[in-house]
Amino acid sequence: MTTTSARLGASTSLDVASIRADFPILSRTVREDRRLVYLDSGATSQKPRQVLDAERAFYEQHNAAVHRGAHQLAEEATDAYEQARATIAAFVGARTDEIVFTKNATEGLNLVAYSLGNATYSDDPAAQALRLGPGDRIVVTEMEHHANLVPWQELCRRTGAELVWLGVDDEGRLDLSDLDTIVNEQTKVLSFTHQSNVLGTINPVDVLVARARQVGALVVIDACQSVPHMPVDVTTLGADLVTFSGHKMLGPTGIGVLWGRAEILQAMPPFITGGSMIETVFMDRSTFALPPQRFEAGTPMVAQAVGLAAACDYLSHLGMDNVHAHEVDLTAYALEGLATLPGVRIIGPETSTDRGGAVSFVVDGIHAHDVGQVLDDRGVEVRVGHHCAWPLMRRFGVAATTRASFYIYNDRSDIDALVEATAAAQEFFKVR
Amino acid sequence: MQLRSMYQEIILDHYRHPIGRELLEPFDVEVHHVNPTCGDEITLRVRLEDGVVTGIGHQGQGCSISQASVSVMTELLVGKSLERALEIESAFLALMQSKGVGEPDEDVLEDAVAFVGVSKYPARVKCALLGWMAFKDAALQAVNGSLKETP
Repeated sequence: MTTTSARLGASTSLDVASIRADFPILSRTVREDRRLVYLDSGATSQKPRQVLDAERAFYEQHNAAVHRGAHQLAEEATDAYEQARATIAAFVGARTDEIVFTKNATEGLNLVAYSLGNATYSDDPAAQALRLGPGDRIVVTEMEHHANLVPWQELCRRTGAELVWLGVDDEGRLDLSDLDTIVNEQTKVLSFTHQSNVLGTINPVDVLVARARQVGALVVIDACQSVPHMPVDVTTLGADLVTFSGHKMLGPTGIGVLWGRAEILQAMPPFITGGSMIETVFMDRSTFALPPQRFEAGTPMVAQAVGLAAACDYLSHLGMDNVHAHEVDLTAYALEGLATLPGVRIIGPETSTDRGGAVSFVVDGIHAHDVGQVLDDRGVEVRVGHHCAWPLMRRFGVAATTRASFYIYNDRSDIDALVEATAAAQEFFKVR
Repeated sequence: MQLRSMYQEIILDHYRHPIGRELLEPFDVEVHHVNPTCGDEITLRVRLEDGVVTGIGHQGQGCSISQASVSVMTELLVGKSLERALEIESAFLALMQSKGVGEPDEDVLEDAVAFVGVSKYPARVKCALLGWMAFKDAALQAVNGSLKETP
């Protein structure tokens, strides 16, 4: 990939050309032979050959149902599945038995919310500490993805607990001025995103966790947009539960992770019940397996777990510090480039400090869908809309934004294409 | 450059100078529709007199396609019998579901034929249909309401 842009040339912590060679899809063209400029990794990342090969090798050599059967393939499949769990655990600094496989982060958050709801109606003394009811409080933030908002709304509806939220300031950072009154003694759960999928803002986990600890609230972190992009060690985050999706970090769709501190997972009642998650079953009652199996009912997504482990290996090989540094560079470059266009307004922090590689913006006089259409016509693939964060759109008084999000396979020429295409949209709709 | 096939001049004209962009008074039925995938919304009012659509007014926010489409629709349907308006709506729906291969009847759809290019883009079909679905909903509510009133 070459470009003649004068703005190119800065050093980067990653060898983007050789990374791109690992991603078959990046060599295809779109919309009348345009080079594909994929800037939608915040929605889902592309997958390297290494991940695709790992999945294929599993199916071609080892496929069988895991944790049952006494034949050789069943042993090998179980080994592959549990080895994948260990690899993924190591990637986020966790103990292996604290990693629960889910369908995605949305399911991880629902697992927690439904488990707490089930605890409320459980006669199991272990679950008692997790019960919720009228007078209790669940705190989220105004920048949450619907996945970290709607499950809590529903849990509050079922239990009578109250949903309260921390606001967002004009720059797109959490307003912590009333943190102590919002996260009060009644607060049982504090759930927030590590990095906003719209604003790019990286939230101050230490401050939030410290306050939650003072009041004894359970801390849940949506790490969907952070684990793929920066070093994350779940034990040093200080949270109780952390969830993320595989498909946003080079892995397959259909697999996500919920990490939980062992004592919390042990106290949590199951969410989805059925095969594989039981200890004993009678016609009228059952007892349940220890975590993580307690939360993995039914035949799990084995090949996807193997693929996700390969993705973790790929990222570890690059080094997550390097991945983060690369994205900070691209983000700074994008903010600088978009700032050269009059009529383009960034929704979110305008500097790359405490900020990840999701850059949302509005173009005066052009709806985001129309911006996206012009970009697409030039091969620049971004996300447009409310990004599953409708309340946040209202907070900023916009119907929708255009969002470019970056990953290891993007370079500055991609950002140049974004800026040029945005200028072209302004020209097409005659707003500049 | 395929953009021109979607954004035909007539669409851009209606986007810049929309017809019926007001909250109609008096009116029989008001509906509010949203496109949950993008957050676009429309409030649309309809007035019917003796089985004829005598007024359509709309407000809301949306992309050029959704705004132009409701504007074209307003121009096309006001003055038509409700029966004819719903026939035109069906023809427009069929055009939008044609994946770019529809051969629209200009005698029926008039300016709305310009949206044939939009039907090639699945993500934008809902934009074009937002106002039309709102109209259909409002018109049917108006009919059902008047049926209830008749003993």
